[in-house]
Amino acid sequence: MGGKSITTEPKGSLTREYRPRPDLFRAACWLASTLTVALLVFILGEILYKAWPAIHQFGFGFLSGIQWSPNRGVFGVLPVLIGTAASSLLALLFALPLGLSIAIFLSENFLPQPIRQLIRFVVEMLAAIPSVVYGLWGIFVVVPLVQQYGAVIAEKFGFIAIFSGPAYGNSLLTASLVLALMVLPTITAISRNSLVAVPPTLREGSYALGATRWETILGVILPTAAPGIVASTILAFGRAMGETMAVAMLIGNSQRLSWSLLAPSNTLSALLANQFAEAEGIQVSALMYAAVVLVIMSLCVNVTGEAVLRRTQRSVVGLK
Amino acid sequence: MNRILVVAAALTASTSFHLQAATAITGSGATFPAPLYQRWASDFKKVNADVTVNYQSIGSGAGVTQFIQGITDFGASDVAMKDEEILQAKHNVMMIPATAGSIVFAYNVPGVQSGLKLTRAAFIGILVGDIKSWNDPEIAKANPGVNLPNTPVTVVTRSDGSGTTAVFTGHCAEVSSEFTSKVGSGKSVTWPVGVAGKGNEGVTALIKSTPGAIGYVEYGFASNSKLSMAALENKAHNFITPSVEAAATTLASVKLPANLRAFILDPKGANDYPIVTFTWLLVKKQYADAAKAAAVKAFVTYGLTKGQATAPQLGYVTLPPEVVTKAQAALETVK
Repeated sequence: MGGKSITTEPKGSLTREYRPRPDLFRAACWLASTLTVALLVFILGEILYKAWPAIHQFGFGFLSGIQWSPNRGVFGVLPVLIGTAASSLLALLFALPLGLSIAIFLSENFLPQPIRQLIRFVVEMLAAIPSVVYGLWGIFVVVPLVQQYGAVIAEKFGFIAIFSGPAYGNSLLTASLVLALMVLPTITAISRNSLVAVPPTLREGSYALGATRWETILGVILPTAAPGIVASTILAFGRAMGETMAVAMLIGNSQRLSWSLLAPSNTLSALLANQFAEAEGIQVSALMYAAVVLVIMSLCVNVTGEAVLRRTQRSVVGLK
Repeated sequence: MNRILVVAAALTASTSFHLQAATAITGSGATFPAPLYQRWASDFKKVNADVTVNYQSIGSGAGVTQFIQGITDFGASDVAMKDEEILQAKHNVMMIPATAGSIVFAYNVPGVQSGLKLTRAAFIGILVGDIKSWNDPEIAKANPGVNLPNTPVTVVTRSDGSGTTAVFTGHCAEVSSEFTSKVGSGKSVTWPVGVAGKGNEGVTALIKSTPGAIGYVEYGFASNSKLSMAALENKAHNFITPSVEAAATTLASVKLPANLRAFILDPKGANDYPIVTFTWLLVKKQYADAAKAAAVKAFVTYGLTKGQATAPQLGYVTLPPEVVTKAQAALETVK
């Protein structure tokens, strides 16, 4: 990028005559970056090519079809799309308040710096836990809890559609709870960064006008950092949407439309992971079509998140 | 994923080839008989040190595809190859029944022992979602004296495509027209109720962790995991508890045609367990490499003879002698 900014002073006998040589480093970088881009294009092309028979046959009806029955050649992903969106949004609903609270806590001086550093480290370590471990943990811890309390909730509040029974242990709610934990580091880390980046002058100004700490946080710091928090949420949404293993282990893998949070559901990535190995004929194309939909959704979400994040950084820098 | 497995298999195969100047054969396919085939491979290696057999359990469908593409030397499938698949393999394929197994309806109902009797109406009623609670009269009337709780029924099915599902739904569709219209048969179907887990192990885990759950798994998995299994009503209206012996009874009455392909949808015998299936090894009629042909023949012959004795230990069914004779005769023609 900015290779020309560094200049070294020639030092007497150490200097050697400059001879133009092919810049191997630059060539290697070019090759690596071109390969990366080419790989993405190749993957997209390959998926599209394999999906083409299904795209041709089912068209947009694929997106609105409510039945997925490979044995009958009927493929519709609406329940799966809804499951994908619902599980991710629900995960955000749980993770955002928690993640944001942690971020505020860590960006203020409530605790000595070393302890804050430790908490921050532990929260960010959550991102290092493999997905399958979250899945196993979910099976042994979250599933029994949801089963136990879900039955009670379904009994007491079953008249509300989203709590209607029968309550399953492997359900949309279970998957969302574990997803919330998985996206927590994303929300915390990016939100904390944008809170820390708020210029101290704003805080000082707010105090000078007589605002308390909480008034400052809620009225000045949070609004200033808001775009960064929004970006963290969008990126977390992207991660939740693409998450596969843990979700496949917990969501119950059922392609039925249901209002209830306590009913099993399915997501695009879990569907792909489950059915790809044994798929044959048009089912392979249909799954590839689902993969195309997933890729487009993820790309859109991630690009939006990145764009918001960049804009934020620029605007905060402008304040200084 | 599959491609990685194949590459890994090919690498292992080629290394052992160079190290020992011996023959390595690779096969892939069904997960259901995989423990048995892998056991055969290791036992076979002890008596034939110069042949290495590699079996990857990647699923019947993928196994058939790889075999057709010529990636593997032999394949394995729970569902016999369809005519169009045989055509894709340019008829250079022979299906050898290698072992058999039964599929059981296993449950986890607090206070109910193994051997709960399920009539066909109850069995289908549970699967299509008509029976919602364990104390349903349809279940109770066949089980006098059993204290059935008022626990909701949670049906557990397979989330991935599988030969097990194909055989199970094949039987259900044969016995019930309601099931045929609501669910239908195949490797991957849409179930009207319940949750789904990946693989026999996924289903087993779900059943174990959910009170009130019932689901279909391969007999070996159910007995290893000590799940309670239902006695199912057969065509002769007898309730048969799943066991290796009951499955052997069913197999004894099956007549294999010349191509060794038989579907046992609803056996007639009085003591036949209703859901039993052969599982096949797919071999080529003609191999390009004579050493490979000899190795595949030796391995499959081992499985059909000595290997049959290992089958019951792992929950599979020993093939009846006449099936072995037919299979061996067919194997003789492999070149």
